[in-house]
Amino acid sequence: MSLSRSDIDKIAYLARLELTEAEIPAYVDSLSRIIDFVGELESAQTAGIEPMAHPLPGLAQRLRADEVLETDRHEHYQRNAPQVEGGLYLVPKVIE
Amino acid sequence: MATAIATDVEWETVIGLEIHAQLATRSKIFSSSATAYGAAPNTQANLVDLGYPGVLPVLNAEAVRMALKFGLAIGARIERRSVFARKNYFYPDLPKGYQISQYELPIVAQGSLDVVLDDGTRKRIGITRAHLEEDAGKSLHEGLPGVTGIDLNRAGTPLIEIVSEPDMRSAKEAVAYMKKVHTLVRYLEICDGNMQEGSFRCDANVSVRPRGQQKFGTRAEIKNLNSFRFVEKAINYEIERQIELIESGGQVVQETRLYDPDKGETRSMRSKEEANDYRYFPDPDLLPVVIEDALLETVRASLPELPDQKAARFASQYGLSEYDAGVLTASREMGAFYEEVVTRVGGKDAKLCANWVMGDFSALLNRDNLELALAKVDAAGLAGLITRIVDSTISGKIAKEVFEAMWDEGTSADAIIEARGLRQITDTGAIEQAIDAVMAKNPGQLADYRSGKDKLFGFFVGQVMKATGGKANPAQLNELLKKKLAG
Amino acid sequence: MSALPIHRRTLTGLAKGLKRREFSSVEVTRSYLGRIAASQPDLNAFITVTGEAALAAAAVADARLASGQAGPLTGVPLAHKDIFCTEGVLTTCGSKMLANFVSPYDATLVARLRDAGTVMLGKVNMDEFAMGSSNETSHFGPVRNPWNTAMVPGGSSGGSAAAVAARIAPAATATDTGGSIRQPAALCGVTGIKPTYGRVSRYGMIAFASSLDQGGLITLSAEDAALLLGAIAGFDPRDSTSVDTPVPDYTATLGDSLEGLRIGLVRQFFDKGLDARCEAQIRAALAVYEKLGARLVEVDCPNLPLSVPTYYVVAPAECSSNLARFDGVRFGHRCADPKNLIDLYRRSRGEGFGAEVKRRIMTGTYVLSAGYYDAYYLKAQRVRQLISRDFAQAFTQADVLVGPTSPVPAFPLGSKTADPITMYLNDIYTIGANLAGLPGMSIPCGFVEGLPVGLQIVGPHFSEARMLNAAHRYQTETDWHLQLPAAYA
Repeated sequence: MSLSRSDIDKIAYLARLELTEAEIPAYVDSLSRIIDFVGELESAQTAGIEPMAHPLPGLAQRLRADEVLETDRHEHYQRNAPQVEGGLYLVPKVIE
Repeated sequence: MATAIATDVEWETVIGLEIHAQLATRSKIFSSSATAYGAAPNTQANLVDLGYPGVLPVLNAEAVRMALKFGLAIGARIERRSVFARKNYFYPDLPKGYQISQYELPIVAQGSLDVVLDDGTRKRIGITRAHLEEDAGKSLHEGLPGVTGIDLNRAGTPLIEIVSEPDMRSAKEAVAYMKKVHTLVRYLEICDGNMQEGSFRCDANVSVRPRGQQKFGTRAEIKNLNSFRFVEKAINYEIERQIELIESGGQVVQETRLYDPDKGETRSMRSKEEANDYRYFPDPDLLPVVIEDALLETVRASLPELPDQKAARFASQYGLSEYDAGVLTASREMGAFYEEVVTRVGGKDAKLCANWVMGDFSALLNRDNLELALAKVDAAGLAGLITRIVDSTISGKIAKEVFEAMWDEGTSADAIIEARGLRQITDTGAIEQAIDAVMAKNPGQLADYRSGKDKLFGFFVGQVMKATGGKANPAQLNELLKKKLAG
Repeated sequence: MSALPIHRRTLTGLAKGLKRREFSSVEVTRSYLGRIAASQPDLNAFITVTGEAALAAAAVADARLASGQAGPLTGVPLAHKDIFCTEGVLTTCGSKMLANFVSPYDATLVARLRDAGTVMLGKVNMDEFAMGSSNETSHFGPVRNPWNTAMVPGGSSGGSAAAVAARIAPAATATDTGGSIRQPAALCGVTGIKPTYGRVSRYGMIAFASSLDQGGLITLSAEDAALLLGAIAGFDPRDSTSVDTPVPDYTATLGDSLEGLRIGLVRQFFDKGLDARCEAQIRAALAVYEKLGARLVEVDCPNLPLSVPTYYVVAPAECSSNLARFDGVRFGHRCADPKNLIDLYRRSRGEGFGAEVKRRIMTGTYVLSAGYYDAYYLKAQRVRQLISRDFAQAFTQADVLVGPTSPVPAFPLGSKTADPITMYLNDIYTIGANLAGLPGMSIPCGFVEGLPVGLQIVGPHFSEARMLNAAHRYQTETDWHLQLPAAYA
């Protein structure tokens, strides 16, 4: 199976990645090959086999006590933020 | 090409609701930040809530217990093994680029709630599922020219999303169902129900189809309705929009719409339209949630008396109508208030108590826009007043005046009765004196009455009441007046 | 008193020397800092060197050593893979995306090692977001193999392996999602251990593929690994997938007899892809084990050949979601003058991520998207189950599985970058353990044309003590692990 340029455009959009014109043909090629490669899985006999989401079987989610253990550290955390104002993270205007 | 569609088709509306109720936990669903409303921006967003690199979620036990409470209260099947998935999409209020939500395997499956419709009939609304998930943050636009500000305090607040079957057939039914859920979550103390703060909100799926048709019409989803009034208005607008569209040859498109309360209309949210391929998959950072018998039994034992149970008990124990019982159990606080009044009055005259709580008392609460807890007259005060009606110290009519005075002055019924001299006249002699005076003053009416105009009896009652300042005991007055008029 | 120079010592040897006050932690730290600086132009193993902080921590350690309050690791220096968050220190994950990211918190593993008294020398280079098998995807340039600088060190923990091999750090932390500890350990001739999934907390370890990632170590010996693993292993309430199982003293059983140990030889590990010269070294190592009393049994894992395609569905799927948080809003690279929100996302991510990371994000986005989820993602998770069952079956016949770590020794830089699949197949022997959550090790077992060959040991869940015992006994019989590149002698 081969992916087309428009497939790559769609995937890149869904993944919010801008690709340069130079990058696109290389991704069309390599993603097509990867998808072909993982297509080998089709041959496996998996009828009645449960999908395995976790590597250790039989474990259950542990529950945390409902306690507030945090203090306000937003200024510290926002040192890594590209753009903040009045404690808010800023992004270009969102239109709904 | 528009196809001709007969315009005399009778349309049927189909509505399903997805209600989001914020769970009243202290900390967030996957982190130990506070969930309190109204804090300064991002002061309640820790590394987990911010989706910092390397951090991991750990599930809040209380959120699970609250979801179980809800499931048990709607008679649902509790899934002993439920799974959190990731719903992937990019949005600035969604820090990780995915929302953790239960998808294929929710914690609560298949329950129902009965609602009472306006005509008094009961209708069962199916609840497909209720699942746990995290809330998103908030986007703020005001005062920020050209940019949007992101506050992630709300991000990670636990939600239970309650998904109904498409069982409702009108906006009124949808509102009745939503109110029922609202009552229930507050009874269970799993949600504060504050709709203005967004603690309780819903999305409505609305479609129309010709009556008798089996297949559902194409539905539109109206997002984020945060008042009962908006739910009703938005749905009604949407119904009309869809019918007009179809009747004029158009087609309803499946889309997300937003209700604009200022304009009273819904409009398409194109920004959310594009490419909503959420790529759900089980969240590898969280393990399956396994509900053991012991936990379920603990939760079951902690359930309060539920609204329907309480209403049934009120009806039988206090001899109330189904309607009255429903009104008095609309909130846990109202039910408790009523029961305290009845108890203080002595367990008798429950119907009179119900009339007072639902009537004058509720009217003043509404007039002053007060919560029950802030009422100017408490249960003891109201019971004191009703006791004076029951023991004939005052009449029901005078009681209304006394009640208003109690509300305004914050004093007891007895104090007002004394100060204003409102004690009922039960002295036969005094009442007879008043009757004699009225008869003497109105010889014409007396003659007419005696010649057969029975209806004038009311006139004489009124005159005597007027003369006694309304304080004459009505029963005594009736009896004495009949005798006197008869001559 | 031994005249063995500081850098020729194992971590265990350094710890002993510090206890005996043969040298101070400051001296040891200064020695390694000097070697790091000298090696950097050739090896490029470090992204950040925290010299001042290291010397300060070493001084504190010396005070503890002097006051007799020292623990077994007090004053021992080591390096952290730059995937672990370190408070107040640049944490780049090998990416332009995080080139300026200063973590506001410590990873659990980092905090535990700090609490144990170790001294952080700095942060070592790695493939970008741990995606690579050659350390060539790093935004900070490739790391070179100390045995031959024309060769790759392996990846993604290439900086960790090269640093330990060149003795510019006595040990380094590392992570393994598909072989990222074991394969570079093999290619650099050092000891690497990937513990059982859930044994070491993932909190603060920047996620690549959450159901496969596991933190571990690169050291000079199994003995060193045992000592350090005891410090980093254990339950962490901040990681829901961390397992609450007691941590044994891994050093206590290192010398146990291997008499009767059943060593499983997985038929699929000795396939036609294995370099014949490497195979000869592996067979020689097996002979050593037989001499130590172990029995060799052949076992079959028929689904194992599907491990690479399975991995290249599961890992990219998880990565596509894990890396969605890098959106230019709260941290990380943000493009200049975004026109609108979509532009902000697309350019920040397009510019911030390198080619391989973008490839994997797109692969993962594709296999999870509507219409492909069942065919790829679910199918792969079913095959994963089959592979796990193969291993479970194998462990009914064998106590540990032994075979090659990598099909080939270190390869020249640039030789496999053109075709991603050729690169992916480097991990053909290591990926299985990640899919099944099993612990695995690689230990040096010889050389091919001057390049190290690694022997892989895989055990059942939580069998680290047994694996370390098997590795240690081999290392008491051989000295491959003590060989060091001439340039760094």
